[in-house]
Order: sequence, then C-alpha cells, then structure tokens
Amino acid sequence: MSLELVLREDERAVFKLRELYGKYGYAPYKMSKFEEYDLYAVNKEFLVSDNVITFTDTDGKLMALKPDVTLSIIKNSKDNLDGVQKVYYDENVYRVSKGTKSFKEIMQAGLECIGDVDDYSVVEVIALAVKSLNIISQDYYLDISSLDLLNSIFDMVSLNQVGRNQMLVYLSQKNSNGVESVCQSQGLKKEHTDLLLSLVSTYGSVDKIEKTLKGFALDKNSQLELEKLVNLIKCLTTLGFDKRINIDFSVVNDLNYYNGVVFKGFVSGIPTGILSGGQYDKLMQKMNKKSKAIGFAVYLDELSRLEGQGKCYDVDIALEYGSLDIRKVTEKVQELIEQGKTVFADKKIPQNCRYKKLIKLTD
Amino acid sequence: MNTMLNVALPKGRLGEKVYAMFEKAGFPCPAIKENNRKLIFENKEVGVRYFWVKPSDVAIYVERGAADVGVAGKDILLEYNPDVYELLDLNIGKCDMAVAAKADFKDDRNKTLTVATKFTNIAKRYYASQGRDIDIIHLNGSIELAPILGLSDVIVDIVETGATLKENKLEVVEKFLPISARLIANKANFKFKYQIIENIMAELKAQTEIK
Repeated sequence: MSLELVLREDERAVFKLRELYGKYGYAPYKMSKFEEYDLYAVNKEFLVSDNVITFTDTDGKLMALKPDVTLSIIKNSKDNLDGVQKVYYDENVYRVSKGTKSFKEIMQAGLECIGDVDDYSVVEVIALAVKSLNIISQDYYLDISSLDLLNSIFDMVSLNQVGRNQMLVYLSQKNSNGVESVCQSQGLKKEHTDLLLSLVSTYGSVDKIEKTLKGFALDKNSQLELEKLVNLIKCLTTLGFDKRINIDFSVVNDLNYYNGVVFKGFVSGIPTGILSGGQYDKLMQKMNKKSKAIGFAVYLDELSRLEGQGKCYDVDIALEYGSLDIRKVTEKVQELIEQGKTVFADKKIPQNCRYKKLIKLTD
Repeated sequence: MNTMLNVALPKGRLGEKVYAMFEKAGFPCPAIKENNRKLIFENKEVGVRYFWVKPSDVAIYVERGAADVGVAGKDILLEYNPDVYELLDLNIGKCDMAVAAKADFKDDRNKTLTVATKFTNIAKRYYASQGRDIDIIHLNGSIELAPILGLSDVIVDIVETGATLKENKLEVVEKFLPISARLIANKANFKFKYQIIENIMAELKAQTEIK
C-alpha cells in the first residue's frame, strides 16, 4: 500500500506544499503554540476573528493560543532591507468558527516573504499561491485585486473615509445597488459612479479588465496602478496560469494593514475560499518595521470535503478466525500483509466492516 | 464536477414569483408546477436544479455552497450577515422594516425601551444608531402580541400592507428600512459557474428594469 493512500487529503497537501515551498528556497519556520496576548490586542483588526483563547502563564503573564501565524513571524523577523527573508510554516491556529460560535482548531500552511520585496518576489509569491491551489485540486481559481489601484481610484473620485469603508464592503459583496447608494450619498459624478459600478460587475481575465477600465478616464495614478497590476499578472501568464487567474475587485482586505495586491484562492467542491493573502507593508509599519512583506495562508481544514470519492472499502480482506489457534491466525495475517493486502482480523467480522473479500479460517 | 446550477428558492408566494422570473429568463423546470410535496426539481436540458427551502434558510444554503445561487430578502441578509455575493435587487417582495406600537403609545426617552422582534441584530443596530437604550426580546412569531399583552413597548417587524397591524390595533411608528428580494450567490461557486450565473443575472436584470 503506497504512502499516498494512507495520507488524508490535508496531510498529503501539507507534504506537497512543504516540498513546493522548499524548492523555491523558503525555509521552514517552527514556532511555539503560545504567544503573549498583547501582540493580538494591539493588532486586533488584522485578525480574522478577534476572539482569542487566553490563559495565564505560571509567571502571571496573559498568554494566547495562536489565532494567527503572520503576526508572530513578523514580530520575530529581522528588519532587513538588504534582501528578503523567505519562510514557510504549517501550524494550527485557534479561531471562532462563524457557524457554531465556538473555538475551532484550524490547520494552516503558508509562507511569508519579508524584507526588500520587489516585483519579482510578488510574482513569485502569487505563482506559489497558484501552484498551492493546483496541488489541492485540478479545478481552481486565484482571484486577484489591487488595493493600491482601488485607493487611487477612490482618491480620484474624492471618496471620504466613511465612503471608502462602505464601498469596500459593497465591493466585497458585488453589491451594485449598495455601491450606487454610496455614490449617491457622496454626490459622485455619473462617470465616476459608472467606473465604480464597473469594478463590481467586471470579473475575469486580465485582458478583459484592462479593456473595461481603459474605457474610463483614469487619472495618472490610477493608470499607473492599473498598469502595475496588469504587468504582474502578465508575468504569470508565461507560466501558463492565465486561465486560472482572474481579476476580481471583490477580494478586499483591511486597508489599514494591506496594500498592493491581495488575492483569494478557490477550489471546486469547497464553498469557501481556501487561500488568502496579500501585501501587508502597512502592518509592518504599524509594527515599527521598515521592511515590506507579502504572504499567504492555505486553510487545510476544509480539504476533508474533497475526500471519500470512490473509496468504498475499509480493507481488502476481512479475516474471520473463530476459535482457531492464534498462532495460525498470526501467520495468515502476516502472509496476507506481505502480499500487499490490508487485513482486518476478528473472531467474527462485524456487520459494518466493508471489505473486498471475506476469508473464514477453519481447522 | 457537479455542473448543474443549484438554485435555492424561498418557499411561498415570493418563491413562486421568483421562479416565474427564472422561467422567463430561460431556465424553466415544468415539474415544479405539479402540485406535490417534492422539494427538489431538475431540468437537465438547461442545467438547473431548483429546491424549496424556508425563506430564512436560503442564505445558509448559499453561504455553505449547497446552493450556488438563491433568492433571499434583504431583511435576512442584514440580520444574519452571511458571507455571500449580493448580485441583484430583484425589485419584488417589497416591504419595510418598521417600528410599530399600540395606537396610544407615547415614546418616553427617559426610560429603557423594550423591543420585541424576530430581527434582533437589525433592531439593535437601528436603536444603536439613535443612541437609544433598549431591552430586546427575541420572539419567533406572532410578534404583534407583544405590545398588546404588555410584553414590550414596541415591535420591530416587516410591514407589507399593514393589515395585520391594523387588525391588532397597532400602528406604524416609523418605517426605517426598505426591504426587497435579492439574488445571492456562493462566493466560491460563483467562480466555477460564472458563465451561467452571469447569464441569469443579465436576464433577471433586464426583467427588473422593465418593471
């Protein structure tokens, strides 16, 4: 029986992801399960959910079970602008699940690239995100947006802070009625309203989006940001990923922490995004670091949904031995296993045992 | 891969209207009109599968991906805040979220207001925006009874024609939120069934604009 068959979907994925990240020079990063609670209290909005499991350490310090890995990696990273530090991890994090409103252990794998992040590093990280999805499923999409582009468009149409926040919520819902209502309440011009509405309705390849947005009068900054995004994605097309990458402005992250590209990955059969990432230079600034950074995380706990297709047996052979001498039973089991079979042996085979073949041993 | 488009329809009059719109959009499923207790209907030719679910559950089916798209009232979306795309206002099932009370009700800002409602989150948000201190009583039905029996000062509920309120001698104090039915979609499935969802959206949009 091959190792592949023994592994669960998430375990198989973790091994392959480690191998992939290692190939690109990312170093494994192992950390403790706990972190001082202060780290999360200060950066609450960066966390997906702000509920954290806390406990008091033996010296009286308030500790937390990690709800997030990125913050810990940044905290311990050297502030180095000469080059980049590339690390990957697979760790469990503890978050509140929305449905049950109780804490849940979530297996996460991911990588961070910290330091003097240039365009190549960005392209490499996005390429690795695409390859990560491809490891999990043949049928996947990576949706990319650029917060710098959105910000420059918001600047251009002079949207105030309240308007921006509402706009991001409606964009993330692809809610054109909502976007329209914000434009109205902010007294935006018709052409600007149309531009913002096009951000909601356009979804697809980089060429399609470029064409749509170039139909609007963009200012210099927005044009520059659009070109930047288009160029990044076109670099990825040389890797043959073009059909799997879409631009989608509904991918948004908190503007206080993220900038530049942000992205989300989806695989067929799992109803939520399983990969999420982006550039977070602003978080670095908040943590008093000059370095830039980009990274992503893959949520592996949902992968079990992809399992169980076509597997209708628990074992190859069910071996019923009744009152037979245990020495003979042991020998027989050993013999079958050496032939490469999986064996379930019992005095009497339980009814719910699913086997390919039943062998009854008698004297 | 499952290539059929799964559509969650809200059981009831609204659902029938919604189905009529989908049918007109080119996604008919004649079996749905047969008078029986089946909950699920397929039309393999056009690649669509409809199912009836409780209106307040539509968002859950869509959020969890059991349905690719669905139609849910804005009230449900605001109350449960599901992580879905809200693609289109269908301009049907129009009504209002309103505060209602007994005809002789006088609001006294000097005391905590007791509010009975099914829509706890919407009511909380509304009164928070007014800076009002309230006590919420969550009820699951017959909300109109609460002020009559003195269980609450006011109710927050959906008002369509106001007939139920009138029959129970209640009056609308304020309508604060217009509600209508929205086409929603699962965020992940949207990517994998983009073509067909986009088609439906365009067709439905055309229909809402004619009205």
